[in-house]
Amino acid sequence: MDDIYLEHILDHFKSPRNYGILEDANYVYEGGNPTCGDMVKFFVKVSDGKIEDIRFIGKGCAISQASASILTELVKGKDLEFVKNMTKEQLLDELGIELSPTRLKCALLSIETLKIALFGELS
Amino acid sequence: MIKEISAETLRKDFPIFERTIRGKKLVYLDNAATSQKPIQVISKIEEFYKMHNANIHRSVHLLSYEATVEYEEAHKKVARFINANSWQEIIFVRNATEGINLIAYSLGLNRLKEGDEIIIAISEHHSNLVPWQFVARKTGAKLKYIDINDDYTLSIDNYKKLLTERTKIVSVGHASNITGIINPVKEIVSLAKEVGAITIVDGAQGLPHLKVDVQDIGCDFYVGTGHKMCGPTGIGFVYGKKEILEEMEPFLYGGDMIDTVTTEGSTWNELPWKFEAGTANIAGGIGLGAAVDYLSSIGMENVEKIEREITAYALERLSSIKGIKLFTPNKVEGRLGVFSFVVDGVHPHDVAYILDREGVAIRSGHHCAQPLLNRIGADSGTARISTYIYNTKEDIDIAVEAIEKVKSVFKV
Ligand SMILES: Cc1ncc(COP(=O)(O)O)c(C=O)c1O
Repeated sequence: MDDIYLEHILDHFKSPRNYGILEDANYVYEGGNPTCGDMVKFFVKVSDGKIEDIRFIGKGCAISQASASILTELVKGKDLEFVKNMTKEQLLDELGIELSPTRLKCALLSIETLKIALFGELS
Repeated sequence: MIKEISAETLRKDFPIFERTIRGKKLVYLDNAATSQKPIQVISKIEEFYKMHNANIHRSVHLLSYEATVEYEEAHKKVARFINANSWQEIIFVRNATEGINLIAYSLGLNRLKEGDEIIIAISEHHSNLVPWQFVARKTGAKLKYIDINDDYTLSIDNYKKLLTERTKIVSVGHASNITGIINPVKEIVSLAKEVGAITIVDGAQGLPHLKVDVQDIGCDFYVGTGHKMCGPTGIGFVYGKKEILEEMEPFLYGGDMIDTVTTEGSTWNELPWKFEAGTANIAGGIGLGAAVDYLSSIGMENVEKIEREITAYALERLSSIKGIKLFTPNKVEGRLGVFSFVVDGVHPHDVAYILDREGVAIRSGHHCAQPLLNRIGADSGTARISTYIYNTKEDIDIAVEAIEKVKSVFKV
């Protein structure tokens, strides 16, 4: 638990992948943690049931922002079904760090927001 | 025997410092959120429950008598502590937030009308801001905010411009929980009196650190919260001038606050009970009395002196760290030991997280004062170090080292 700021986490935080606004997105949603001020907003372009492109903007702690960046890489090019079935554990595995309960919500903001963006609810 | 009072000696009164944080020394620097509790307060509460526990004002039995005397005595202690004219001017409530709501509901809602104006400062904690937004919305009154200067002090020039004969309420914080600035409340109150406004001071951050004399300040109301001044949680108080309290409608209705009740109606109990409906937080009130005793035994002049020393040291050490921005005046006078800061390129939560790993407890976020953070350009929140009477130079050294660690982890 002492090493949550691993190289790849800091790398995604400092140089987030797929960062920015996607003009022709057909799914857009902004999610936030009002208590700590973390925010991510996803722009997703879906065609033929596939995530053709995805971008995000956000601000917040290293964990919330790295998680969003990693998530975009994970889902880009995948079927909607893949995102629908994706579990929190899968994302956490991908982050590769062990989080205390208070930091868990930082890491999970991205997947929760993306699921609401695409399906209108948590699945 | 005269013993030298210092942070090192006071620290021994606080049992929590006997514990460690994951094997490291506990460095508690989140005092603006809540203070730690001395053994004198903890024991007093324990003794009440072990020896005197009963409801107050209700029964003839001895325990009830003892509990009643102790609870009333706690009001007297608070009254003496802030130099109120009478202990009946002290109403116990849950916290500062409830105290301000009491005034907002009982006085604000009943007295204000469209066209009237309320003045607060941009630096207010949400608890001295949101209730006034509510009163303004309900009554049609207008809410105005005093701006700050570049050095974070309140702009008295701006305040003077806002004051008019339409101003009915002026409510300001004694000190800011973000910048640590102590506001010139006496001057603010006296200017408000010139236009006949009711004056309120939110003392949540002032009273734990400063010698307060409400008659000298001249305010109509002063609100305090026990948990930031060595007392338990769930207890605070409203000081109000007797003439005003007597004219005010009650805040909550029910048992204990009435004189007589018939099916036609009720009359109100005498002060302060008119405003203390239902079974009170008796142990909490007695605990607050013990906290006031504790601070009085140190002497608020000594509290101020001890805190000035640690504030000066913290300011010097923190301002010499490269790559951090401090949202605090670069001076020791006129301020408390509150230091909001950001480390360039690192989110405040990550700062607080890494400090916690080093045993250092600080706050991060918006600190319930979003308008001020937006005003000073700290929209994403800040990390905040806040000191109290038991913090030593070693505490500050450990915190500074931990901030250096943040920079090295994030390679900034
Ligand atoms: C300036 C100020 N006012 C009011 C409050 C509210 O105090 P409480 O939460 O005890 O009601 C606080 C504390 O958080 C504060 O810092």
